[in-house]
Amino acid sequence: MNFAAFIQKNLPYILAGISVGGQYALIAIGYTMVYGILRLINFAHGDIFMVAGLVMVYTSASLPIYVAMPIVLVSTVILGVLIEKLAYKPLRTAPRMSVMISAIGVSYLIQNLALYITGGLPQTYPKIPYISDTISVFGAATKRVTVITPILTLVLIVVLVLLIKYTKIGIAMRAVSKDFETSQLMGVKINKVISMTFVIGSFLAAVGSLLYFTNYTSVMPTSGAMPGLKAFVAAVFGGIGSIPGAVVGAFIIGICENIIKGAGLTTFSDAFTFALLIVILCVKPTGIFGEKNIDKV
Amino acid sequence: MLNKKNKKIDIIALFVIVALLFAVDIIAEMVAPRTSLFFSVVKKSCVYALVAVSMNLLNGFTGLFSLGQAGFMLIGAYTYAILTIPSEMRDSVYQYFDGGLVKNPIPWPLALIVAGLIAGIFAFLIGLPVLRLKSDYLAIATLGFAEIIRAFVQWDKFGPLTNGSNLLRGYPTFDSLATDWFGSPKFSSTIALAITVLCVLLIVLFINSTYGRALKAIRDDEIAAEAMGINLASHKQISFIISSFFAGIGGALLAMHQSTIQATAFKSAMTYEILLIVVVGGIGSISGSCIASFLYIAASEWWLRGLDSGSFLGIESSLFRGGFRKVVFSVIIMIIVLFFRQGIMGDKEFSLSRIIEKIKRKKKTPEKKTEKKEVVTK
Repeated sequence: MNFAAFIQKNLPYILAGISVGGQYALIAIGYTMVYGILRLINFAHGDIFMVAGLVMVYTSASLPIYVAMPIVLVSTVILGVLIEKLAYKPLRTAPRMSVMISAIGVSYLIQNLALYITGGLPQTYPKIPYISDTISVFGAATKRVTVITPILTLVLIVVLVLLIKYTKIGIAMRAVSKDFETSQLMGVKINKVISMTFVIGSFLAAVGSLLYFTNYTSVMPTSGAMPGLKAFVAAVFGGIGSIPGAVVGAFIIGICENIIKGAGLTTFSDAFTFALLIVILCVKPTGIFGEKNIDKV
Repeated sequence: MLNKKNKKIDIIALFVIVALLFAVDIIAEMVAPRTSLFFSVVKKSCVYALVAVSMNLLNGFTGLFSLGQAGFMLIGAYTYAILTIPSEMRDSVYQYFDGGLVKNPIPWPLALIVAGLIAGIFAFLIGLPVLRLKSDYLAIATLGFAEIIRAFVQWDKFGPLTNGSNLLRGYPTFDSLATDWFGSPKFSSTIALAITVLCVLLIVLFINSTYGRALKAIRDDEIAAEAMGINLASHKQISFIISSFFAGIGGALLAMHQSTIQATAFKSAMTYEILLIVVVGGIGSISGSCIASFLYIAASEWWLRGLDSGSFLGIESSLFRGGFRKVVFSVIIMIIVLFFRQGIMGDKEFSLSRIIEKIKRKKKTPEKKTEKKEVVTK
């Protein structure tokens, strides 16, 4: 089978993969930025993403969509910052593992809370007009969100990269991720920087959730866990701490996963992601764009 | 001299506690009605205690932060179930796969050991690449392996062996064994307790051996340990294999507790649950893990049940509906994680001699003060 035929046959899956990849990229940035600064795998990030979905379900039930969407964005950001203040800040001086355990605890708490509020039933996700419409791309029928996602993702990422490169807070972020203690001595307000990281991460997760759940009919308390883990794998794949790396990794994972689904091996679409992770960790532990880290005694 | 004496006291105390546990359990089995939740709690907390202790061996004693426990439990549970389903049940269990590949069952104690061994073999293979990784990378890689194992077990190409995504049933459980031996499901929780106590004692022996001390050295400082001549790779590998061996047996016990087993239950959420038990009990404390798993299971399945059904401690509220118990429960856990980071036991073991010494010291201190006062007055 030559390349063109392969593309032709798998076009719907590749399109879906690009779309999912964009959504993973938006989540992965939250992981990679938090890891870059706090050296913490924020296990609760996937659940923040899920909560954004649930907020959308509940607000859109009583309010029009264009009011509901800003509410989703704002409330997700507030949740993200709140989690940082309540669950991670008290452990700033604790060993790294304690913070990670705290993150797992937060994830457990959010999932149980969501289970309680939804009563364990899948909540039907509202149709967002315009982006849920069906269109056809190169002869493959798909939703408009498929096309919008990669464009929106790229725009947001360009904005983010500019923000990190040229604004004061961006420079502070880079300083903190290079050396936590020295930057503190240099007068960088650590807590402000960390809060900002969570604001950006949660905001992008909320945007990702709006796009992601449009492709699905419902939200469940556990539906954040898998995309969360995959986005994390994408972040590791691209080199944790690196934003372009996370984006490239997310697109690769999204596309591969959907091609595997297309080949009829749905059981393995999740397993593949983790297999890729393990191969990457063993061959090049710092990822494709990661900086080399040397441990000193 | 004092140390030796203390050791003797502690060993005696250990035996007394184990004997007391059995006594309480046997008396409860004779007195309490069969429907009491106590028995199910005892069985499940035995299973969780074993798995939590095995996780503690890695996380608390070797300093390897692994999140693969659910995967090894899955292997153990499936191995046990596949090997022990009676021949006459196989046709109905494996109805989509012509009775399955394995035809003849083996005795259950042997199957338990094989379950552990297979989990250990998988741990050896997984450990080869993964154990070189550090802290959180190791955590995420082991988590990934657990997910991969789950995907393979559910694959329908392996159906003749694993029954695909369908459940396995009909194998000997605690209840059926008790019925075979004593004529009724009475004393089924005693069987669970006996197996768990045996396994936990084995782990304790291992931790107190020279290997165990080497593992603690690795946990405290890898580089120093290596400089002292400890082979890091092989010791980490041994710890990983032994931990997985017991996690496999724990999985098999879980299968024995539930009467059916299905791969979808062994998600990463299960690992998180066990990790939280270890944290609540204290990272690096075997007795802490055991106490915490009993408290955890009893609280979530028994004591807080009222929170789900409308009335708790005589208070009735419309807030108390399905799922509220878990919310309260996870809030409690968060409080422990944030403010009582040591957990119940910290990294210390339950030891009678230490308690005795504490009491002695408390008695002594006031005496000293009075003596000083006398000196002053003189």
